[in-house]
Amino acid sequence: MVYPTKQTCCGQPMANSGFEHLTQGCNDLFIENFSEFDYVVSPSGSCVLHIKDHLHAEKAEDKALGIRKKIYELTEFLTDVLKVEKLTASFPHKVGVHQSCHGQRGLMLAQMTELVEAPFSKPLHLLNMVQGLELIELKRPDECCGFGGTFCVAEEAVSVKMGKDRVADHLNGGAEYITAADMSCLMHMEGILRRQNSNVKVIHIAEILNAQEF
Amino acid sequence: MSTGAKDHAQLSDIFNKDEARVDWHDETLWFVRAKRDKAAHSLPEWETLREAASQIKDNVLSNLHDYLLQFEANAEKNGIKVHWAANGEEHNKIVHSILKENGVNRIVKSKSMLTEECHLNDYLHKNDIEVIDTDLGERIVQLAEEPPSHIVLPCIHKKKEEIGELFHKHLGTLEGASDPVYLTAAARDHLRETFITRKAALTGVNFAVAETGEFVVCTNEGNADMGAHLADVHIACMGIEKLIPLRKHLSVFLRILTRSATGQPITTYSSHFKKPRPGQTMHIVLVDNGRTTQLGRADFRNSLKCIRCAACMNTCPVYRRSGGHSYHTAIAGPIGSILAPNLDMKNYADLPFASTLCGSCSNVCPVKINIHEQLYKWRQVIVKEGYADPKKAIAMKVMDFTLSNPTIYKFAGKAGRFVLKHAPFTVNNKLNLWYKHREMPEPPKQSFGEWYKQNNKND
Amino acid sequence: MTSREEILAKVKTNQPEPKPLPADLSTVPGGMDSLTQFKTVLTTIGGAVIEVTDFEEIAQYIGQEFKDKKRLISTLPELASVTESGWENKDPHSYEDVDLAVIKAHFGVAENAALWITEDLMHQRAVPFICQQLAVVVNKADIVATMHDAYSRIGDAEYGFGSFIAGPSKTADIEQSLVLGAHGPKSMTVFLLG
Repeated sequence: MVYPTKQTCCGQPMANSGFEHLTQGCNDLFIENFSEFDYVVSPSGSCVLHIKDHLHAEKAEDKALGIRKKIYELTEFLTDVLKVEKLTASFPHKVGVHQSCHGQRGLMLAQMTELVEAPFSKPLHLLNMVQGLELIELKRPDECCGFGGTFCVAEEAVSVKMGKDRVADHLNGGAEYITAADMSCLMHMEGILRRQNSNVKVIHIAEILNAQEF
Repeated sequence: MSTGAKDHAQLSDIFNKDEARVDWHDETLWFVRAKRDKAAHSLPEWETLREAASQIKDNVLSNLHDYLLQFEANAEKNGIKVHWAANGEEHNKIVHSILKENGVNRIVKSKSMLTEECHLNDYLHKNDIEVIDTDLGERIVQLAEEPPSHIVLPCIHKKKEEIGELFHKHLGTLEGASDPVYLTAAARDHLRETFITRKAALTGVNFAVAETGEFVVCTNEGNADMGAHLADVHIACMGIEKLIPLRKHLSVFLRILTRSATGQPITTYSSHFKKPRPGQTMHIVLVDNGRTTQLGRADFRNSLKCIRCAACMNTCPVYRRSGGHSYHTAIAGPIGSILAPNLDMKNYADLPFASTLCGSCSNVCPVKINIHEQLYKWRQVIVKEGYADPKKAIAMKVMDFTLSNPTIYKFAGKAGRFVLKHAPFTVNNKLNLWYKHREMPEPPKQSFGEWYKQNNKND
Repeated sequence: MTSREEILAKVKTNQPEPKPLPADLSTVPGGMDSLTQFKTVLTTIGGAVIEVTDFEEIAQYIGQEFKDKKRLISTLPELASVTESGWENKDPHSYEDVDLAVIKAHFGVAENAALWITEDLMHQRAVPFICQQLAVVVNKADIVATMHDAYSRIGDAEYGFGSFIAGPSKTADIEQSLVLGAHGPKSMTVFLLG
């Protein structure tokens, strides 16, 4: 397990803002940093989706394709590659799971409510292995939190309203913690929670899967 | 955007000043999404149906030339007069000339988003022709002198008390009355008089069948039929993409349209018009208005598969919290945001950015339009064509520089953490849009990179 | 170049590579029996279901339920005793004050309780829309399961006008409150015969 120290960013914020043509620098750096590994794993669904959909490099397209095929978000890596069946984690709290959009609809980490298909969820599969954890119910299990990259400031009013509504759904369900597989969603909801002086905390799913609280 | 005109972000900001109203608008439309879900889940074959609808429309777009000729030939054989309009202006002129020929200066119109796109009502009004919109929702917004905010539920943004006030002013209903049953009954009586007296009726077209030269109009209210069957002249307006190849394909579309739109298994009336009534003349106006251009855009032509169900609007978390008028175009929401830039990239440059790219829209779309992917692609086009906000362009160049260079990136991170820790007031103020309603993230003591370096050294 | 030529030329140039049509969809057997489903759905959408064995029962029902209504018309000679005679072949505007129109349908569709009625069964196109209340007679044996079955049945039949009519006219335009009776008939009674 290696963390290449020269890594920066996948370039998603620029691409989503319409500046995909400026991401070649990021793409080249990403390929340079990551092409030698068997698997590339990230704790961020939206970044992984961006690389899967948009990593290209004229001078190293085969390397880019190679990375696109072996990049995984953390929970899907645990369920699909490592096939984890047991965890020693313990986290005795009421937890609300936020289904980050890119992870869910993009990477198919969990079934979406729009489709008439069999339900499944990789994050939930893992969380169910954590001792003491109580999952709360949401009225809208997979509505977007409103972060959306530069959207969070470019369309500030709607972004905040979406975040407030997401947070309210979790609060009404009795959540003590809100978790997700994407830091941007968590950062956005945390910003709103802290402005509301709420006791509810956000926590990345990796931290729960690693928790030893009794 | 033209100077002075507000863009989606500004209009949404205004819309969000009344939070309780936003909640009401959001809940109302979510309720429609929920009804759609219930209807979809009642059909185990739902996804197969979507795939079939999608493939039929793919076939239509790839053979549109021949289907148009086939439809025209069959419609004319049926006794329907077929007209072709290159753009909205020409469409309006054609409608006007048909009415003039028939000595008509008052018409009834049932729902047609195409006529909204062409601004037909304004054009006819300027030419002294009275148009009464007979769909209840459209009549309401017509009386309010507003455009519809939703393509299926035109006045979803209006509360019943507001409608009551409008009706009191224009229809003479009791002051303060807001009961939907009472108001609908008043509208029935008021509009019945127009149906009985108007000699010309204008309708939209939900589907036109190339094989038979017939077209189908779907309503719950029966207003399209009330207008058409009592009028001497029936004019039907359609976008060229509304064709379907075979009559039996209607089975797929009539099963999926209303379930997607409102959760009903079918609209009350699905009327198939094939020949004019004896003594009546029937016209159909085929309209391009930018559709042929969109057809040529490989990344965006799929948007022409749209059957105007509005499922994408009902599911869109942004649309529900900004309202149709924030999109300042005839067709709002996700589908509108991928159609409008084709018509006028400058004035609609803001729309593809009015989205978090969550992908919900693409997955409720009955014809599988990849809406969220097209939104992303339009952003690239808009920036390339030079319609992006110049401030954004500069910020992005800086970002590109920083992110391409690990040393600079690490320095930027360190500097950011330093500022947040030691001089938060430089960041936590009015100039920082994030800070308006959210706290800034807590600066960690070290970046992950720094932590990793430190801990790996100790191993 | 006329607009027609211009549009056709642009379409020809811009349309993508041909894509094939999908295979036909057909009804998946199993699930609720068609007649039961038809009755359930019709009730849900605000229609009234009356099961009858013959036209006498229909006439009786009409005579009772609509006894204080002034204008009752029907395209069905079997109901002459309870409906107006000589109403046909007038200007459709004159049917504005018809309280009840009774017509028949070719068949009904279980999944949505829609009835397929072509203009030859309407006498005039305005009839099923302009009346204040509508009643339709359909044979129990003529209820098909889905729209796929419906269009199989219609085939390439000739008609000048036809409509699938499902329940009374309605609207939910005012704050999503469903109101029965918009511009078309305020009620729909279906006589299931057989």
